[in-house]
Amino acid sequence: MGLIRSLAANLTRVRQRAARNQQQVGATAPAHSLPHGQFMSNNGNNARRCLSLQMMTSRRRSARRTDGVDKNVWVEFTQLAAEYKVVNLGQGFPDFSPPPFIQEAFCKAVSGGPTMHQYTRAFGHPPLVKSLAKFFSGIVGHEIDALEDILVTVGAYQALFCAFQALVDEGDEVIIVEPFFDCYQPMVAMAGGKAVYVPLRPSGAVLSSGDWVLSAEELASKITARTKAIVINTPNNPIGKVYKTEELQMIADLCIKHDLLCISDEVYEWLTYDGAKHVKIASLPGMWERTVTVGSAGKTFSATGWKVGWAMGSGQVIKHMKTIHQNTVYHCATAAQEAVGHGFEREHKLFGSPESYFQQLPATLQQKRTKLAACLESVGLQPVMPEGGYFMIADISSVSDPEHRKEFDNYIRFCFVKDSTLDAAEEILRKWSQEQ
Amino acid sequence: MAEDEMFNLLRGLSFLLIVRDVSSYTLTAVQVWSVHAIGPSSGKGTPDYMKSQSKNQAISNDRERSSTASSRCPSQRTTVRQQVSCAVTHRPTDGGCLTPITTCMNIARQVLNCPLFNIHYRRFCTSQYTMTSRHANSKRIQGLDKNVWVAFTSLAADPSIVNLGQGYPDIPPPSYVKEALAKAASVDQMNQYTRGFGHPSLVKGLSQVYGKVYGRQIDPFKEILVTVGGYGSLFSTMQGLVEEGDEVIIIEPFFDCYVPMVRMAGAKPVLIPLRLKSGKTTITSADWVLDPDELSSKFNSKTKAIIINTPNNPIGKVFTRDELQMIADLCIKHDTLCFSDEVYEWLIYRGHQHIKIATLPGMWDRTITISSAGKTFSVTGWKLGWSIGPEHLIKHLQTVMQNTLYTCPTPLQEAVAQGMLLNCELMGQPECYFTSLAEELEGKRDRMAAIVQEAGMTPVIPEGGYFMLVDVTSLNQDLSHVTDDEGEAYDYKFVKWMIKEKKLAAIPVTAFVGDESKKQFEKYIRLCFIKQDSTLDAAEKILKNWTKI
Repeated sequence: MGLIRSLAANLTRVRQRAARNQQQVGATAPAHSLPHGQFMSNNGNNARRCLSLQMMTSRRRSARRTDGVDKNVWVEFTQLAAEYKVVNLGQGFPDFSPPPFIQEAFCKAVSGGPTMHQYTRAFGHPPLVKSLAKFFSGIVGHEIDALEDILVTVGAYQALFCAFQALVDEGDEVIIVEPFFDCYQPMVAMAGGKAVYVPLRPSGAVLSSGDWVLSAEELASKITARTKAIVINTPNNPIGKVYKTEELQMIADLCIKHDLLCISDEVYEWLTYDGAKHVKIASLPGMWERTVTVGSAGKTFSATGWKVGWAMGSGQVIKHMKTIHQNTVYHCATAAQEAVGHGFEREHKLFGSPESYFQQLPATLQQKRTKLAACLESVGLQPVMPEGGYFMIADISSVSDPEHRKEFDNYIRFCFVKDSTLDAAEEILRKWSQEQ
Repeated sequence: MAEDEMFNLLRGLSFLLIVRDVSSYTLTAVQVWSVHAIGPSSGKGTPDYMKSQSKNQAISNDRERSSTASSRCPSQRTTVRQQVSCAVTHRPTDGGCLTPITTCMNIARQVLNCPLFNIHYRRFCTSQYTMTSRHANSKRIQGLDKNVWVAFTSLAADPSIVNLGQGYPDIPPPSYVKEALAKAASVDQMNQYTRGFGHPSLVKGLSQVYGKVYGRQIDPFKEILVTVGGYGSLFSTMQGLVEEGDEVIIIEPFFDCYVPMVRMAGAKPVLIPLRLKSGKTTITSADWVLDPDELSSKFNSKTKAIIINTPNNPIGKVFTRDELQMIADLCIKHDTLCFSDEVYEWLIYRGHQHIKIATLPGMWDRTITISSAGKTFSVTGWKLGWSIGPEHLIKHLQTVMQNTLYTCPTPLQEAVAQGMLLNCELMGQPECYFTSLAEELEGKRDRMAAIVQEAGMTPVIPEGGYFMLVDVTSLNQDLSHVTDDEGEAYDYKFVKWMIKEKKLAAIPVTAFVGDESKKQFEKYIRLCFIKQDSTLDAAEKILKNWTKI
């Protein structure tokens, strides 16, 4: 069990458990004390302040929408990782830099004229939305209107937020495929909706993410009159499943039959391995008008800290997300959008060629995938080879307590979009296997 | 069908119509109560919900009326394009649809297009009749789609127009912040995710700067949240602390997003205007004051919070200690929160002092103070801001943050941190950007005021911020020919006319007030003066030649 504990200290669990109280993990901030100047000795201001404090505690302050969505796996585990000085294969971001061309584009934007540092168009910097529309129209098979069909957001995270806030009302049900990126559920809850889960289930020997499948009957059984939307994530985080056309068609058929919306989180769209092809559900017949496709510059260009994302879809749906956006953050930062716009222009020219970053990155990551899988196997863990994305789950049954096995509890998630970190992890795992 | 025949058919009839709006691919069910002809007294008997045509009022009342069956109703007013103006007396229905649907549709089309009839209808729909009900918006954004910026940004986008409208600088930011950003982006780690509630070096820097300003220790991790602009802080505050059943007091004129944000949180905005003290020759923003009794009357047991903005946008008022104390007393008495928007906190002109209401006794524990890097360092396009307050309130804003966008961009936060630390050292000295920018702007303020006066308009000299209200009454500009929209306020018409005829853009001030205060403010326009000399020169030229065509 000691091994599991130390492993758990730097890895993320696939399925959230009830989180411990955050404050027990270890607050790092010093307690503050009030300077004496705050109290005045006349007019009973002391009494006023004390009375005010007393009254303060009796009245409820927070909005109910924040109930139950305050705990968060990243906050908990990132803190743990920082505290224990671990080799972090937990949180999903690269430990290498974004490609030179995108960094140059950013520097150029920063040293550009004053307009680069002032507000740009609220729904998306014009050069960026134009290059996104140009780039994706061919892929989706639909002429995308740069101004109507695209909303630029602060990361794909905010695109998801806008989608749920714009489209989900109190009592609406949203189907979420498990395992899911953790934010879907609290976002649905915050919008007053109800999350309905349908799990990917392993079929046969579970060696690849392709072995985890969705049952059409089970999915259909979850749809009720209140179902508003279904959320899919392909390539999937954490398993790495890349949904095939037939699988997406099955989902699409149900969406059309029951008039559902589809929120398709495709942030890892360029990261597919072994020739697996990423298919956009929005490109299937009848799906464009009911799908919101979410993308991320952070994942696309290995610059997660830029927080540039987008939602693409029929203008009729996107317009509602724009209303949310204009009442939440309104604008996104200009310079990063300018740089991402240049990035897509470049990739458009190099599309399909070996110089394309969208070819090079998956090629590099495929090697890292192989390396990590080998390391994990060497210590008796069973990796599930992901067809896409940059995460890998591994079965820990061989080292875990049999009493605690249920559903996903045997799996932990590793992130392999790492350079030197992966080397360090390899060291740790090699030592571990030697100990055994 | 002749109009009088149709009228006779429809009079006294109440029925259910189904109308197709081709432009938005929706079918909308419309229940018509009854019809009567428009007469000279057509204004009377107008149900309350049709009286005010403002973007906020009509829809919220519409919402109240809709039945539970219409939970998926796309009740955006623009989904039905036909122009209908109505006054109807409600007639009890005898239930059901009296005429076949297709006949209803035909009648509906003719009737709704006919200018002679006043028809009141309540729009609702059932999923049976609505094709795209699932694609409809959620209730929380009903009526929140329109926005003054959306309207005026495109109008003023023509490069030949001198834009004193939208509030952002065309002067460059200090070079060291740009350099800091370029430097940050060259560090690998800085291009990846940072701490969700605020990049450590930034929150520590803020804690240092504001610790000095507040005269207290501010915990960088528990009492500060970094957000996407001051706007994002306002949003996190509303979502974290305001909900259905609450009332939030807003002082007019207000930065226009306060009302839609309060409404999106499900709460009710309660407005109170600043009022002009009479009998002055030179008007300054200090002459706009709150009536203490009026303010007091707005507080009740449902009041969750009051929003204040100091320095105020658009007037430029810098609230005095006494004025803030009056507000604080009410907050404490009624146990309400205070959301203090202080994004222009450093832009204070000579003779005035920025006071933080959170520093008044009893206020720290109930105040969220909002600031902006964009306004502080003239980098509005960076969209970084922060909320400062007690842990027991900030934690709820943090919860919202982690469920909305999770973290703000890293390299920008690093660069702002560098800027804050640098200026923290220089605080109080003339080289400090917080001081030097205010000095630079004071000159521009005075120049703007002089130019405006020469053109025959009356400026309201701001004590802070970078906007100036200008009273255009004395110009007596005839605008009857300007727009076809009868209900449009004078200032909207004036600005549209000014953009078209004079090639000068401003923002109408009634965008910042509720309907009841429109009359008080409709002779004012807002000018932004954080502009480089060439822009001010161009504006001067236009204003000098105002009377000449």
